[in-house]
Amino acid sequence: MTMLADNISLHLSGFDLLRNVSLEVEPGKVTAIVGPNGAGKSSLLKVLCGEMEPSQGGVYLNKKPLGGWSLEQKACMLAVLPQHTLLNFPFTADEVVALGRIPHQTGSVRDAQIVAEALKLVDASYLEKRFYTQMSGGEKQRVQLARVLAQIWQPCELGDQFLMLDEPTSAFDLSHQQLTLDIVRNLAGRGTAVVMVLHDLNLAARCADNLVVFNGGTIEACGAPEEVLTEALIEKVFGVRVNLARHPVTDRPLVIS
Amino acid sequence: MRHFSASGLILALAILLPAVSLISMTLGTVSISVADLFAASSVQVNTILFDIRLPRILLAISVGAVLSSTGAVMQGLFRNPLADPSLIGVSSGASVGASLMIVSASGFIQAGALLGLSLVAVGAFIGGFVATLLVYRLATSGIGTSVTTMLLAGIAIGALAGALNSLLSYFSDNDMLRQISLWQMGSLSGASWTKVVIMASVAILLLACFPRESRALNALLLGESEARHLGIDVQAVKRRLIILTALGVGVSVALAGLVGFVGLIIPHIVRLAIGPDHRWLIPASALAGATLLVLADSLARIVVIPAELPTGILTALLGAPFFVVLLLQQRREV
Repeated sequence: MTMLADNISLHLSGFDLLRNVSLEVEPGKVTAIVGPNGAGKSSLLKVLCGEMEPSQGGVYLNKKPLGGWSLEQKACMLAVLPQHTLLNFPFTADEVVALGRIPHQTGSVRDAQIVAEALKLVDASYLEKRFYTQMSGGEKQRVQLARVLAQIWQPCELGDQFLMLDEPTSAFDLSHQQLTLDIVRNLAGRGTAVVMVLHDLNLAARCADNLVVFNGGTIEACGAPEEVLTEALIEKVFGVRVNLARHPVTDRPLVIS
Repeated sequence: MRHFSASGLILALAILLPAVSLISMTLGTVSISVADLFAASSVQVNTILFDIRLPRILLAISVGAVLSSTGAVMQGLFRNPLADPSLIGVSSGASVGASLMIVSASGFIQAGALLGLSLVAVGAFIGGFVATLLVYRLATSGIGTSVTTMLLAGIAIGALAGALNSLLSYFSDNDMLRQISLWQMGSLSGASWTKVVIMASVAILLLACFPRESRALNALLLGESEARHLGIDVQAVKRRLIILTALGVGVSVALAGLVGFVGLIIPHIVRLAIGPDHRWLIPASALAGATLLVLADSLARIVVIPAELPTGILTALLGAPFFVVLLLQQRREV
């Protein structure tokens, strides 16, 4: 079972944000979406998770149209981490992560365990009782990541689970970037489908099974990073001349600008 | 660090409220000792206790609970710790409705009554209801209700209501002017059993409905789309909470006038003490608001014996310094 975007277009106040995009997101795989600013990456994510209705085409989640699931059912299968979350109320970190358990009826004891484990996973156990409003940008982002992880912590009997992350590593230092990629790979190993919008091509090349290069509201190229990333494509899409090498250890493409 | 545990605060308030109410029974122009409350006493004392003071205290409890719990709910819904139940236009609309009644129906205002309520109360309720409806309509489009637009619409309707109010004041004589301004200060002096029954029913309805929305309100603090991704039907929650708030505030404004401050500051203070989790915040705010209003109303009865002050003045006089102290304390900690 998959998530399928079937020929979707999105027009908003006279602009074509998405044009005829078809995409299949498979369980157990990491899909990275890259592209220049304003290419429509976040719009695509919004349509995929049902936040925006496409003007044309449809999105299918586990073989059913997205709108065919109730909000609660959808919340059990699909967790979304937006780019920014404006939370200006003094919740503690564990309270924020516990919000991820709202769709589930697992009881407060189990929920508290999951919250603690999720915080530990993102290296934020030390933040447990700290106020969200007093954290640094990277700490906030890790707590929010823990929240969406807590939301899909356990398998769901309705179908495969999906995690969508909009630039999850933008506020992270090197070690937490690495940590996030490890978490994402682990999730995929467990059968979860992960969709990430990323800015860093090297990060994307390193962890994605499927790399989607987005440009001007449509898919420019799509496939394994080794096949998709070429110097010509990067120059065409980003307008920057780069050298492409191979990572000495992973043998993944390495963009040197 | 938080200063209090949520359950501890609720327990303390649950003990404090009856204690304050009991003391309040003894206070007033005629002073009655606690011992006399339970002893068989004269008809006159009984009348004071059960026809004047008890309904007044019960009205204060219900109004205080409604104003502060709706305040907590609105602050959550608007994701703004400085939001106020009057933000949705209900108070300003009610104010116009009341003034309109005072000015236009001044001839038969004393005699005219509907279901045991004064015409001013009826006018205030209708005014508040119409204004809220207007604000809600203005902010609702095909894609849902925008809380930002609602905030702005509330300000616009508030300004319009303010102008209408000034216009009505301009055309009123001295007596009407005094009535209008007294009404706007908020007072519980007109308490009756009819009012208590109406207000208490509304309070019970609200406090029975709000706990079901607590988790949704918690999720909403993250943002509307985040709440939707957590399985919350945001539009339905918004509609329910706005209707309940309009009803609660509309009725309390109709029965007690504009008692300011309680709805804004009480939830804020409670949040500083126990955090923003609505499962605790709403009941704790309701209890704290009820306690403050009983306290303020008791003082209103005794500070200028044999006359009395409008309650709204006392709520602000009592609460504002307390709030300033809390803010200073918080500033030191951050």
